[in-house]
Amino acid sequence: MRILGIETSCDETGVAIFDTKQGLLGHQLYSQVELHAKYGGVVPELASRDHIRKLIPLIKSLLIESQTQANEIDGIAYTAGPGLIGALLVGTAVGRSLAWAWQVPAIGVHHMEGHLLASMLEKPAPSFPFLALLVSGGHTQLVHVEALGKYKILGESVDDAAGEAFDKTAKLLDLGYPGGPAIARLAEQGNPNRFHFPRPMTRQQGLNFSFSGLKTSVLTTWRAQVEKNEQTRADIARAFQDAVIDTLIIKCRRALKQTGLKSLVIAGGVGANQSLRAGLSALAKTMAINVYYPRPIFCTDNGAMIAYAGSLRLAAGESEPLAFSARPRWSLETI
Amino acid sequence: MKILAFDTSTEACSCALYRDGKIEDRFVIAPRKHATLILTMVDELLSEAGLTITQLDLLAFGRGPGNFTGLRIACGVAQGIAFGADIPVAPISSLATLAQEAAQNKNVLAIIDARMAEIYSGLYIIDNQGIMRCSGSEMLCVPNNITIPNAGQWFGVGTGWATYGDQLSKRLGERLQNYQTDKYPQARAMMPLALTAFKEGQIVSAENALPVYLRNKVVN
Ligand SMILES: Nc1ncnc2c1ncn2[C@@H]1O[C@H](COP(=O)(O)OP(=O)(O)OP(=O)(O)O)[C@@H](O)[C@H]1O
Ligand SMILES: [Mg+2]
Repeated sequence: MRILGIETSCDETGVAIFDTKQGLLGHQLYSQVELHAKYGGVVPELASRDHIRKLIPLIKSLLIESQTQANEIDGIAYTAGPGLIGALLVGTAVGRSLAWAWQVPAIGVHHMEGHLLASMLEKPAPSFPFLALLVSGGHTQLVHVEALGKYKILGESVDDAAGEAFDKTAKLLDLGYPGGPAIARLAEQGNPNRFHFPRPMTRQQGLNFSFSGLKTSVLTTWRAQVEKNEQTRADIARAFQDAVIDTLIIKCRRALKQTGLKSLVIAGGVGANQSLRAGLSALAKTMAINVYYPRPIFCTDNGAMIAYAGSLRLAAGESEPLAFSARPRWSLETI
Repeated sequence: MKILAFDTSTEACSCALYRDGKIEDRFVIAPRKHATLILTMVDELLSEAGLTITQLDLLAFGRGPGNFTGLRIACGVAQGIAFGADIPVAPISSLATLAQEAAQNKNVLAIIDARMAEIYSGLYIIDNQGIMRCSGSEMLCVPNNITIPNAGQWFGVGTGWATYGDQLSKRLGERLQNYQTDKYPQARAMMPLALTAFKEGQIVSAENALPVYLRNKVVN
């Protein structure tokens, strides 16, 4: 079965073709980062306007790249939510109509399910059940993944998401948008011993997170500095990143102990962070469990994860009627 | 000649099928329901006619101006079908469609409420084939800045007249003949325009089928 996947939930237009026998045949991504950068965040109407310009050209070049004829596509999967409603509607409208024209089944995929399963595109791939650490721009969750569609959220952020914390901290330090990669780069030059920020909610029981206090600590520290030079910036970035990563690792350890799960799967944009990966790999070693990561470009939004999740759903016999819809708010536990 | 047309640019949702002079259509007023309705409506029309998509010669969609999300729903559907079935597309103005619905008049002033105290408007003059042609360009403005035609009697049509009827009447004075407020762009009325667009080569491929928003300042 060969599935075309379409992702338009936010500021990346992503498409991919996944074949259940041959694996990923191709993927294409157009990022709108530059379009939104000057506004310091995603402008929803501009995002929608760009998706509708880019989607068909991207699908066209994807078909060429993956040497696939239209009549070889057996189904279409598109992100139906959660995300920006206008942006989602572009992908659902084009995807659902194209499936109708090609007379193949279509399926609306939950964006976070796409992220959760993204590492299954890699080799070796994790198998169910596993613990997933979902760390993206909008989410920080520890999810017990029992099987396809059986997700239990064990803990989540009560305020900012981890990626959001990276972005906001980067803004405070004038590092531009999006901030995650910028902070990560700068942190490499940072002294780990100059500043120390709290590891929020790690002393308490439970698996929830809170990252909004961290940016206040960063702000107070930054303001108190007489010399606001590159080194100070780097040292703060380092202390900030260490605090986030430590917190994530502490909660992962706790969740692994609590559930007895033997596999840990990372998903979402912050999962591209190399220090986080190193920390989690070290944790896996001491706990004698396996850890799985998607390749960095499949940590952030992409069409491949949607094609993959859609292929599982379609194989399970699910499909969406001609009435398509976007679900901007949609809980992972209700799918 | 077989044409499929649809429009979701306003509170209305409609589609129509043209087969060598005969038109079948569907029309409902259904704010915010366009995504759940449009493909089902289109599918029904085609299956009742015993047609498949690949038998179509042309797709026409309401390219705006109008509700941004609605424009992208129609446009996304048009792109998906046109790309999937390899059919050319005629993007049709929602204001021209409104004017075409009032084609018993020679001169029509089509106006759609653009919210935020503004209107989308266009002046249309009928040609000798009964086709409404835009005179000048479609525009977005506050009602008091609308272009006053310098001659003739004009008939007003569209939801903009419901909101700003008095204000517009005052500004247009003796140029205004009368107006009708309860009119929405209807796919049926797109057919003469689509046929003309096809004859005149005003057609595009799937990826060039795009909305015309008119309102382009969307960030403060
Ligand atoms: N190397 C990195 N280190 C830390 N954070 C990173 C890195 N690369 C990307 N990020 C962060 O990842 C986030 C983007 O991830 P992703 O694209 O998965 O999120 P999203 O799609 O915006 O949110 P969601 O999927 O929750 O709706 C941004 O906040 C970005 O700063
Ligand atoms: Mg995402």
